[in-house]
Amino acid sequence: MIAILEIVSAIALLVGALFTLVGSYGLLKLDDPMKRLHAPTKAGTLGIGALIMASILHSFTTGIDSVHEILVMAFLFVTAPISAHFVSKVHLHRGTCETPPPPPEDKVWATRGQADDGPLAPDQAQS
Amino acid sequence: MAESQAQDRPKLMRRVFPHPLLTVLLIVVWCVITNSVAPGTIVLGVILGILIPFFTYPYWPHVPRGFRPFKMVSYLFLVIWDILVANVSVAWIVLTKRNSDMRSTWVVIPLDLRTPEAITLLAGTITLTPGTVSADLSDEGHCLLVHALDADDPNAVRDEIKTRYEARLKEIFEYES
Repeated sequence: MIAILEIVSAIALLVGALFTLVGSYGLLKLDDPMKRLHAPTKAGTLGIGALIMASILHSFTTGIDSVHEILVMAFLFVTAPISAHFVSKVHLHRGTCETPPPPPEDKVWATRGQADDGPLAPDQAQS
Repeated sequence: MAESQAQDRPKLMRRVFPHPLLTVLLIVVWCVITNSVAPGTIVLGVILGILIPFFTYPYWPHVPRGFRPFKMVSYLFLVIWDILVANVSVAWIVLTKRNSDMRSTWVVIPLDLRTPEAITLLAGTITLTPGTVSADLSDEGHCLLVHALDADDPNAVRDEIKTRYEARLKEIFEYES
């Protein structure tokens, strides 16, 4: 039983390491700033998730049963989208990415509203 | 007199447990942090679960209504499964496709959701599933701007997000309306 757990945790370690590696490789390889944002979300979800899974399984093989690594994953899953959101907001502000299409319903995208284009004016929002 | 007492009771319950689900969540989190389900841990967890919502209530007066926790659990499993599948496909795209071949586009999603919590959860789900990052919200919160890493058809991405995630979130948060 313990041998099976050890094998599974070793596989989880390998999977986690592999996806973190692919995530860092993507960070180097991709050219556009918005595209580059996709790489760390991948490393942050499956990469860290698999490493934490390995940590939990390993704790059961050593007899010190612990599950509080799950909280690390939960907090990471809650905070990772917010940091990604801030990074993409900075790109939108500085115009280092393609200009997004105008929203079909409201006047303007929130980030490109007042700070970039002055007061909310529909004609300015188009530019 | 009896009527006013009957009215006072839910008010009192509301004052002691302003966020009942938050209380349950805090007890579970406390048990997981301390790694035990001993009676002492649970008692301390219950104390924390009552005190923290009670003292933070003035900062968080709006209690979301009509929230369905069991549907939320099945939604969480769906998202975890999607993260696994999408991770593999995006890793394949990053490793094999050349930068010039990737068709990364903006995708605009008109929102049916109106609850702020539901929109936040939808944006978070979109970012967590690899291949899409939610970037911005329109000024009055009726559209979501999403960046897709490699999408042949932005409309297909939009429809998938709307049917797969938004419809479920609408059932979880806004089934009354």
